[in-house]
Amino acid sequence: MAENGNILEMKNVVYSFHTYGGEVKAVRDVSFEVRKGEILGIVGESGCGKSVTAQCIMRLNPEPPGFFEGGAIMFNGKNVLEMSKKELRKLRGEDIGFVFQDPMTSLNPTMRVGAQIEEVFLGRTDVTKQEVKEKALEIMKLVGISDVEKRYKQYPHELSGGMKQRVMIAIALVSRPGLVICDEPTTSLDVTIEAQILDLLLELREKLGMSIIMITHDLGVIARMCDRVIVMYGGKIVEKGTVQEIFYDTAHPYTKGLIGSIAKLDTRKGERLQSIEGTPPDLFFPPKGCPFAARCAYAMDVCKDEPPYQYRLSDEHSTNCWLQHEYAPDTDMKKKNAAAIEGKKEGEVKADE
Amino acid sequence: MSNNEKQPLVQVKDVCKYFHVGKNADLKAVDHVSFEIYKGETVGLVGESGCGKSTMGRCMIRLYEPTSGEVIYDGKDITKLTGAEKKEFCKKVQMIFQNPYASLNSRMTVKEIVGEGLREHGMPAKDADVKVQELLEIVGLNKDHMSRFPHEFSGGQRQRIGIARALSVDPDFIICDEPISALDVSVQAQVINMLKDLQSERGLTYLFIAHDLSVVKYISDRVIVMYLGTVVETAETEELYGNTLHPYTKALLSAIPEADPDRAKSNKRILIKGEIPSPINPKNCCRFAERCAYATDRCFNEMPKLREVKPGHKVACHLVEE
Repeated sequence: MAENGNILEMKNVVYSFHTYGGEVKAVRDVSFEVRKGEILGIVGESGCGKSVTAQCIMRLNPEPPGFFEGGAIMFNGKNVLEMSKKELRKLRGEDIGFVFQDPMTSLNPTMRVGAQIEEVFLGRTDVTKQEVKEKALEIMKLVGISDVEKRYKQYPHELSGGMKQRVMIAIALVSRPGLVICDEPTTSLDVTIEAQILDLLLELREKLGMSIIMITHDLGVIARMCDRVIVMYGGKIVEKGTVQEIFYDTAHPYTKGLIGSIAKLDTRKGERLQSIEGTPPDLFFPPKGCPFAARCAYAMDVCKDEPPYQYRLSDEHSTNCWLQHEYAPDTDMKKKNAAAIEGKKEGEVKADE
Repeated sequence: MSNNEKQPLVQVKDVCKYFHVGKNADLKAVDHVSFEIYKGETVGLVGESGCGKSTMGRCMIRLYEPTSGEVIYDGKDITKLTGAEKKEFCKKVQMIFQNPYASLNSRMTVKEIVGEGLREHGMPAKDADVKVQELLEIVGLNKDHMSRFPHEFSGGQRQRIGIARALSVDPDFIICDEPISALDVSVQAQVINMLKDLQSERGLTYLFIAHDLSVVKYISDRVIVMYLGTVVETAETEELYGNTLHPYTKALLSAIPEADPDRAKSNKRILIKGEIPSPINPKNCCRFAERCAYATDRCFNEMPKLREVKPGHKVACHLVEE
């Protein structure tokens, strides 16, 4: 554990893919940290780079075509990018758990459930077969699977969707990792099952004290689960802060648009949903300035040409948006105490000083 | 077309749709469902996956033949139409599909996709092209898009093409089968707003099939809740969300993740145990009984009937007595 209490630190990570069409810049200069025991949400639309970011942490993206252009990922003080194959195996198997989006396709259909949970311990000499089985049964009970002895011997096709997702969680947790990454864990499930799984994750966090990175496009899930939130757009972080700050003191027009575009239970009938016009940017040719400029109702000339500075609004809350600049016009997005903390050192960026 | 408000446009009467899945095994996807849809309104049909809501929608447009029962559209039973009447019916009723990636033919250009119905109904190619151009403008695309193929579009744009195709024959009634669930949040709002605008401009009637209860509340005038092939509750939207009676609807409503952190964290949820049971040869009792927290012996022995407890509010539950 790093002395500052962060289990994971992403530092200026840039990740791209070589494709026939050219280089896709999926993650562009992303930095954040995950603290011990917290639930960090990453929210954004499809193609915003949230899943690639998560998979970078465990280096699950196939390389090639994927490659790091820069940055560092520090897990418990060690740089993941410099790890040997053996260390990476340990990282993926023991230190970080990963819950994939689609339990129907992520489980191996030809292996019994028990064997898949135990797979993590393959090749380990310090545990006996009996101990491994006990561990598997214990974790299955913990994730709320009933009748564990029977389920242990079943194949994935014999289980329902919610049960399969519980098995996925069991696989991620069996080695008691310090960090669990959940990539859209409830997207393919019904609301009633989704509620069960989300409650289960909260309960497991209480019991086991692990950190969770929750990747989702659903703001409802974020509101319910997370302590802190990162909003991503076009491969960049546009806003981060505590869940309260993001929802009640929104500082980026994209976040505002995202919150405004969902129909809530108390949205009145006649009220129009505020939609964000246009479509997300093409990451083959990412825009020079702010990725959201083309769709932003507040966009100024500078937004299209220069990437915005990061402005700090409180200890946790920061946003990458020119509207917080001292010379920017007064809009409802502008916060009083904004202070630029990043970007100024980038030499040629002169903006409007 | 009758202008009388109280004259239902579509009447679904006791429709069943069973699929044979083996010897003596019937998958009862839709089991004795009845409801009406009036002209100009939006009816939301909600339920979890596997509850039969899509099958119901498909029975109403004859993509499936119902096993029994009647679907009466504008006074005629659509299961007994003759050839010419069928063609006429296709002009009146259209469907928007869930997955815009799978529901457009990838080998056809946008012009061919949207214009297919027009040509089929005998419009000359030239006129059809003009009409296609108009339609694309209505849904927010332009004529440059006409010669492109579906793969060149984003999900939201594809769904717009699907909507243009549905509008091409000037229908009165559109069945929207989860039209937004495959789209991104910011794009969902665009499509919902567009559907609402089209309704007010053209006086369309919608059956809006969805599993997202917040969207259904926003768009619908009336809501029908289905569970495992049966209707469990139906009422005007305000009444259903404000005065929920069926335990399943209550649980479903409380399970919605609300995009409001203070409310979401304080909200007391009614968790329902287990998962939706198999619809193959279901027992002749309340379908929800084994997951219901309030179930009594009667629930396990007798199938509750859909009864009107208030004007317009019907519920199928033994526990709801006046």
